[in-house]
Amino acid sequence: MSENVDTTQAPLKIGPPRSRLSRLLESRQLGVVALGAACLAPFVTATPYALNVMTTAAIFVMLASGLNIVVGYCGLLDLGYIAFMAVGAYTAGIISKSFELPLIFTIPAVLVMTVLAGLIIGAPTLRLRSDYLAIVTLGFGEITRITANNLSITGGPSGIFGIPGLLKIGGLDVEEPAVLYYVTVLVVAGFVLASARLGKSRLGRAWRFVREDEDAAEAMGIHTYKVKLLAYIFGAIWGGLGGVLFAAHLSAVSPQSFIFLQSALVLMAVVLGGMGNMRGVVIGALVISLLPELLREFASNRYLAFGLLLVIVMVFRPQGFWPARGYERERATLEAGAAAVPTEKRR
Amino acid sequence: MSAVLEVKDLQIAFGGVKAVDGLSFSAHEREIIAVIGPNGAGKTSAFNCITGFYRPTSGSVRIKGVDTTGKRPADIAAAGVTRTFQNLRLFPDLTVLDNVRAGMHLYGGQNWADAIFHTPRFKRSEAMYTEEAHHWLDFVGFEGARGVPVRNLSYGQQKRVEIARALARKAELLLLDEPAAGLNYSEKQQLLVLCRRIRDLGTSIVLIEHDMVLVMELFERIIVMDFGREIAAGTPAEVEADPAVIEAYLGKDDTAVLGNGDA
Repeated sequence: MSENVDTTQAPLKIGPPRSRLSRLLESRQLGVVALGAACLAPFVTATPYALNVMTTAAIFVMLASGLNIVVGYCGLLDLGYIAFMAVGAYTAGIISKSFELPLIFTIPAVLVMTVLAGLIIGAPTLRLRSDYLAIVTLGFGEITRITANNLSITGGPSGIFGIPGLLKIGGLDVEEPAVLYYVTVLVVAGFVLASARLGKSRLGRAWRFVREDEDAAEAMGIHTYKVKLLAYIFGAIWGGLGGVLFAAHLSAVSPQSFIFLQSALVLMAVVLGGMGNMRGVVIGALVISLLPELLREFASNRYLAFGLLLVIVMVFRPQGFWPARGYERERATLEAGAAAVPTEKRR
Repeated sequence: MSAVLEVKDLQIAFGGVKAVDGLSFSAHEREIIAVIGPNGAGKTSAFNCITGFYRPTSGSVRIKGVDTTGKRPADIAAAGVTRTFQNLRLFPDLTVLDNVRAGMHLYGGQNWADAIFHTPRFKRSEAMYTEEAHHWLDFVGFEGARGVPVRNLSYGQQKRVEIARALARKAELLLLDEPAAGLNYSEKQQLLVLCRRIRDLGTSIVLIEHDMVLVMELFERIIVMDFGREIAAGTPAEVEADPAVIEAYLGKDDTAVLGNGDA
């Protein structure tokens, strides 16, 4: 088939780095191990404070995995991501409170609202280039918060409180902190897996193509606008469902939870962890959400210490803890009739 | 023979500058056409109009009989056109295989739900994508590691990857924008062999080339452009003898008109 193969060329020595550690980290079971660790954590410490921190961290992982779709895969800088969480949390809170429904039954409405929010924010802005998009999304984030602050249906500045629990079946009340923690961990694990799988699919590749070179992607028949809008909608769904978990966790929603700093922290988790790599992003989210708690002994200086650590990490590892790797497996066996390519004989 | 591509009276103006000014030509099935002309003659602008990256000021483009004038590049790609770019436009941080998979975006029929739930269709289509990517890389004679970021490769290898990506689209018409730029003589010969093999797959090729010598030796039909217009067309012998071509490339009488470096 390939008659013009140049056999004089020396085998190339560019391959994926293959140490034992990296193989361990790339293994498929790593996610199962992480889930196991998350499930065992309450057996180490199960004080109400610890459960509260861990549940918050799990919700934060959910947000980071959603933003990773938008920023990491598709390269759309979104500075108002927390707005989707606000939409989800408020929709769930308002509906469940006014109809006395467990939160779980609000999920269809939350999905509709967050997809709508994604369309409303995304449709007019996604034609913009990245720097303009960042400014517009920043504006949308603030608009959402200020709207919530001023409407009566959202409870104004004090928000909504006394939101019913996620679900109550017989004796099992999901509002119980330990139960809620496990439910949150399982839901978040599912969505992290879904996000990772999306990243390694036809759609996920299309997102990366758009991120790398929009024109070339377009020339290959990829509708860049549609693909970007899809990234936005998926991000919105992740954020909105994160909002439902948030409402279930705190049983209260107020505008102060959706300030710009929150959007910035989620973005920081994605960048710090390694844009586009789900495993890195989960670690980044855990660091961002747990580190301030672990730094409590620094008392009033803990956010200073936190900021310094972030600066140090970014100076020494600008690509994040664990960036998306640009390698994949070489062809294992040669097809019949294909050229014997020197580099593939290595193993 | 039916026309795969019909360009009629294509015009595009940037401000007052008419980059393409009334270009008409058509490409038939299994035909290789070379578009030549001095720098600034409007060759790349014409390509960009055909593939939808520029919206023509007037005129029409038909692909396989369907009018695609002014449509989005993605729709035109779906209509059966694939292209390469003058300066490599690969996805530098993605692997060689992923770059070629980009060409297969329009088929495989895998949606997001398949991806999330890893359905049998997902596994089937992923296996197909990988197999086809290897096939096209073999076809263009790409050697070397395929699981590495394309940015690590040499220029010549990247060129092959770009052609493989365009071929993976399996379109009826392939537009190559200066595929031979930066290649040495033997590499250019290999490229021509490759073009003929692509043609034998049933694909028509329109390519832009600077190198007059190469073009004269090897192509069946040539269109010479200057000032956005076709100034001559025909077989190499006809074109070579055309006074308009000589004038465009070498200048008239004693007036030394700068041709281009490659010619």
